[in-house]
Amino acid sequence: MHELGIAQNILEIVQQSVPKEQIAAVRSIRIRVGPLSGVVPDSLEFCFQAIVNETEMQKASLAFEQLPAILNCKKCSYRFQIKDLEFLCRSCGGSDLELVSGRELEVVEIELAEEGDQIL
Amino acid sequence: MSVITIERKVLEKNDQIASRNRRLFSDRGIYVLNLVSSPGAGKTSLLEKTFQELQGSMGIAVIEGDVQTDLDAQRVARYGVPVIQIVTLGGCHLEAGLVQDALGNLDLKGVNLLFIENVGNLVCPASYDLGEAAKVVILSTTEGDDKPLKYPAMFLNSSVLIVNKIDLMPYLKCDLNVLKSNALRVNPALKIFETSCFTGAGIPEWCDWLRRKDASGQ
Repeated sequence: MHELGIAQNILEIVQQSVPKEQIAAVRSIRIRVGPLSGVVPDSLEFCFQAIVNETEMQKASLAFEQLPAILNCKKCSYRFQIKDLEFLCRSCGGSDLELVSGRELEVVEIELAEEGDQIL
Repeated sequence: MSVITIERKVLEKNDQIASRNRRLFSDRGIYVLNLVSSPGAGKTSLLEKTFQELQGSMGIAVIEGDVQTDLDAQRVARYGVPVIQIVTLGGCHLEAGLVQDALGNLDLKGVNLLFIENVGNLVCPASYDLGEAAKVVILSTTEGDDKPLKYPAMFLNSSVLIVNKIDLMPYLKCDLNVLKSNALRVNPALKIFETSCFTGAGIPEWCDWLRRKDASGQ
């Protein structure tokens, strides 16, 4: 359960990226996450809510962009999505594979409410 | 609504410090292994057996990570090995910054092999680079042969798998072949050792591998 620490990291990145006077306008933080990042989105959202609760960022929530785990076979260059954790090339059966995506854990963008936006 | 695009890795701070640690290790010619496992799989016992087998032939130091107590550091210190204990006070994994701080309190003179014994946990330590050359995952037979499939990130991110407590095989339902094939399904490049820290089985092979790593200066 390291999602609390991760949530803290996300909060720090948001605080570094958004001007102080706009921090209360943060509504949504888009997080890109891969299945092999070791992070459970639901737990991360729970922890994030726990740390922003009753702060000026309490209207903010996380939005997840979940990526598939994709492998590239170094032998035959076949590119495919992992199913059932089978780390073998589905074209040639080779095991010399590289992970193209799946480990991501990134803050992509932050959405802010602006004056004039409907009740948010 | 307005949008600020940032595209930053959530763990970038950790990764930057890990890179600094890695540079320091490389400058000093220290080969660093990050030992990961669930609690009680035998990380500290493996270290004790390793010290006995190597008998001072390699310059070893240890960074111990635990939620509480310095019991593991005490065990390591009995072998005359320089050790520093990190107590995470509830933290479920080590981070690169904790290792960086610990390095400031550890005499690295003459050290060419550093073990970082992570907090016992098969989930969280997989996400944190500490600056190590490789992760070594220790899985004991009592945990069952399905664990590589249940905790894939740890096995995927490790270079070596040590299957420990093989002396208990006669009493368990765990199938060693199934365990190994499950591990290789997740990571076909895993180097596997089978050990018992009770009988000493497999320890010479593991230590030979360590000596070769040292000789190759990797």
